[in-house]
Amino acid sequence: MSVLLVADVPAGQLATDVTAKTLSAARALGGEVHGLCASSNAETAAAELAKLDGLDKVLCVSSDNYAQGQAEPMTDLILSLASNYEHIVFPANAFGKNIAPRVAALLDVMVISDVMTVIGPDEFERPIYAGNAIQTVVSGDSKKVLTVRTANFDAAAAGGNAAVETLAAADSAIVPEWLGNEVQKSDRPELTSAKIIVSGGRGVGSADNFSLITALADKLGAAVGASRAAVDAGYAPNDWQVGQTGKIVAPDLYIAVGISGAIQHLAGMKDSKVIVAINKDEDAPIFQVADYGLVADLFNAVPELTKALE
Amino acid sequence: MKVLVPVKRVIDYSVKARVKSDQSGVELNNVKMSINPFDEIAVEEAIRLQEAGKATEIVVVSIGVDKAQETLRTALAMGADRAILIQAADSVDVDIEPLAVAKLLAKVVEEEKPGLVILGKQAIDNDMNATGQMLAALLGWPQATFASKVDIGADSAKVTREVDDGMQTLKISLPAVITADLRLNEPRYVKLPNIMKAKKKPLDIKTPADYGVDVSPRLTVKQVVEPPARSAGIKVGSVAELIGKLKNEAGVI
Repeated sequence: MSVLLVADVPAGQLATDVTAKTLSAARALGGEVHGLCASSNAETAAAELAKLDGLDKVLCVSSDNYAQGQAEPMTDLILSLASNYEHIVFPANAFGKNIAPRVAALLDVMVISDVMTVIGPDEFERPIYAGNAIQTVVSGDSKKVLTVRTANFDAAAAGGNAAVETLAAADSAIVPEWLGNEVQKSDRPELTSAKIIVSGGRGVGSADNFSLITALADKLGAAVGASRAAVDAGYAPNDWQVGQTGKIVAPDLYIAVGISGAIQHLAGMKDSKVIVAINKDEDAPIFQVADYGLVADLFNAVPELTKALE
Repeated sequence: MKVLVPVKRVIDYSVKARVKSDQSGVELNNVKMSINPFDEIAVEEAIRLQEAGKATEIVVVSIGVDKAQETLRTALAMGADRAILIQAADSVDVDIEPLAVAKLLAKVVEEEKPGLVILGKQAIDNDMNATGQMLAALLGWPQATFASKVDIGADSAKVTREVDDGMQTLKISLPAVITADLRLNEPRYVKLPNIMKAKKKPLDIKTPADYGVDVSPRLTVKQVVEPPARSAGIKVGSVAELIGKLKNEAGVI
């Protein structure tokens, strides 16, 4: 039996990094892996998907119904293909988390969310209680529908050459009307795929002061993150949020500035390879997970660091 | 329009979960339990709809142990009108899976015929993020998950959703299922007189058998362990030392 990997393709643009990481998890399940590329004008994205190493086939479906990843038509499409697959795999991002449970319910199987380790075709590790515990579950269902926590998997390399098969769109009774997206335009890397992240917390003190964080990030070519406390205080937009209720990240270098290190936040970044903490409170819990801690006033240390990197 | 709000009793968000020594799960006996924070936001949103004249009646429903009555009373004290408890577990250690919960809720929807179901996007215990989507699927209804803004019209709703790179706004027809994200609203504090009043509001007690739903789990939990601890590293004395370590020792810049 085979694995169906559902790629995230907003408005015809393949989300390459999350898809490549999800593919690594899909490969670990065993069997052929077919990539589903459904979006408006999906051909270009399908060709790009076919280049990821490890896909045996790409299914390309073009329809405006799939352009914004709407769960209802995507579910109808996936169900029309489901009989060929034992596993249906999504990235555990807003796209996958929205659709996977809908698919699972209609297949009468229990979804397995946020898979961080594939132990076997029916056995998985996943975090519970905001990452304070790790659960090993065995699925007794005939089909397995899972979402993959991409931060735990390396991206599949390029160099593949899978055949692309074009399919017709499935009928769908419900297609929610898309009224628009409000996206923060930025030249910085995406949080979930960045090699370096600089994050600010409540200690940054104001939205204006966040320019210290962004200046350092830009010097390092890094993405900008924020703790939930900073987002709640209005210092940073929500899509910068790292933590249980935000994004789960695992960059090579994570610099936490003015972040105390609440469990909530640690759940989102403790898999980073190297963690740096800059905080004036030497008892802050963030220092318990930091490889390098600097007890200092961020208003002196961060500009100094930015300047020293010039 | 009637609004149905499912709520779950979970470990209080301020309590650190501790794994049991036999690795069977997380210690929940003698631990402070509360309404799931995302469900509390859903209850608040329903009450605001009622205050705006858009909802006529708010029915809250919980599925779990007998003590989930306390969770329902909290929702009633906030302003919900009546409650249903589906007693599906004898022990707090038994977590009813989202698929079974969705099947039970679908039966409640059949009976109650609400125009809207609103619930939290996920429970902070099993972190599955699945019940709302599964319920919408079983009902054949549209869904709008991770809502940060909800605007209910006569036969449709405009919902702004938290997505990975910002917000997405969808228009869905009603009836529908909406799941609440953190920024949808800030729930009100419950006032003491309302707690007293809530004790007199109706609370029906049912069982899964009343709805003909099998709640046996599909996933077997083999073990629950603590995540590998990350050990603290070293303190550096200056920015210059930090840069030196990052360049020469860690090799990350």
